[in-house]
Amino acid sequence: MKIGVVTFPGSLDDRDAQRAVRLAGGEAVALWHGDADLRGVDAVVLPGGFSYGDYLRAGAIARFAPAMGSVVDAAKGGMPVLGICNGFQVLCESHLLPGALTRNQHLHFVNRDQRLRIASKATAWTSDLPDEVVIPVKNGEGSYVADEKTLDALQEQGRVVAYYEGGNPNGSLRAIAGIANERGNVVGVMPHPEHAVEELTGPGTDGLGFFTSVLKTLVQA
Amino acid sequence: MPVHKVVVDILLKPEILDPQGQAVANALPSLGFAAPVSVRIGKHAEVEVDAAGPDEALEQVAKMAEVLLANPVIEDFSVRLA
Repeated sequence: MKIGVVTFPGSLDDRDAQRAVRLAGGEAVALWHGDADLRGVDAVVLPGGFSYGDYLRAGAIARFAPAMGSVVDAAKGGMPVLGICNGFQVLCESHLLPGALTRNQHLHFVNRDQRLRIASKATAWTSDLPDEVVIPVKNGEGSYVADEKTLDALQEQGRVVAYYEGGNPNGSLRAIAGIANERGNVVGVMPHPEHAVEELTGPGTDGLGFFTSVLKTLVQA
Repeated sequence: MPVHKVVVDILLKPEILDPQGQAVANALPSLGFAAPVSVRIGKHAEVEVDAAGPDEALEQVAKMAEVLLANPVIEDFSVRLA
């Protein structure tokens, strides 16, 4: 199974995401923001970082990259897409996911290992996860906001995939750490599963589950 | 066509927390200013466009603001001629 990772100018975690794909047993394919060709991949990861320097708003400019045009079309056709951190911001700016990510409530950049409660396993990227995981969170603009109606709908429809546990690191409304679209193929998470795939360099290997989830989903499809 | 300068002011919606504004509000008393009731911080953009008239210029820039300059999920904007 081929999983593409899009590199934007300013992406930081694209190599880590590729590595996570390989460790989970998939084939990682490097995709370039300026190229609309998705090279026959079965799923796409939008990695963390500061695409286009976070100019205007985080993720706002990345939305117009040629690669994103193809990703949006593919996502609407059902292809699994995971946005991590800046990738989550790009998914919101692209209107593939509702709401927006704003400046952390306390203004500090947060970088710590974070406990998450997995609230929905009915998505392409969370089916293989346990009820609780610990993965790093590191963001400056990670506070999830949406209007009350949208928040209610997300919770009622089981589209909140993860909640922060043991302290909300950025002031996200209702402690939401990640959400999915209605179909469950598009998922955005603020914390970084790709940084928890090896015992040596992370708090554990809980992050691998996101990538094994999508590989299993693809095999079953 | 003449060039028109249009100003776009973008501000977080009132119900969206503005931690930047709060930080500034909290900093002002330490500099000897009376504590402000509130501070909200936004963006100011000046866009010059070729347009037949001021109304057309405003319309063009309002569209730009709606699609890119502002995120209507969290921000309000206003346009005016400079």
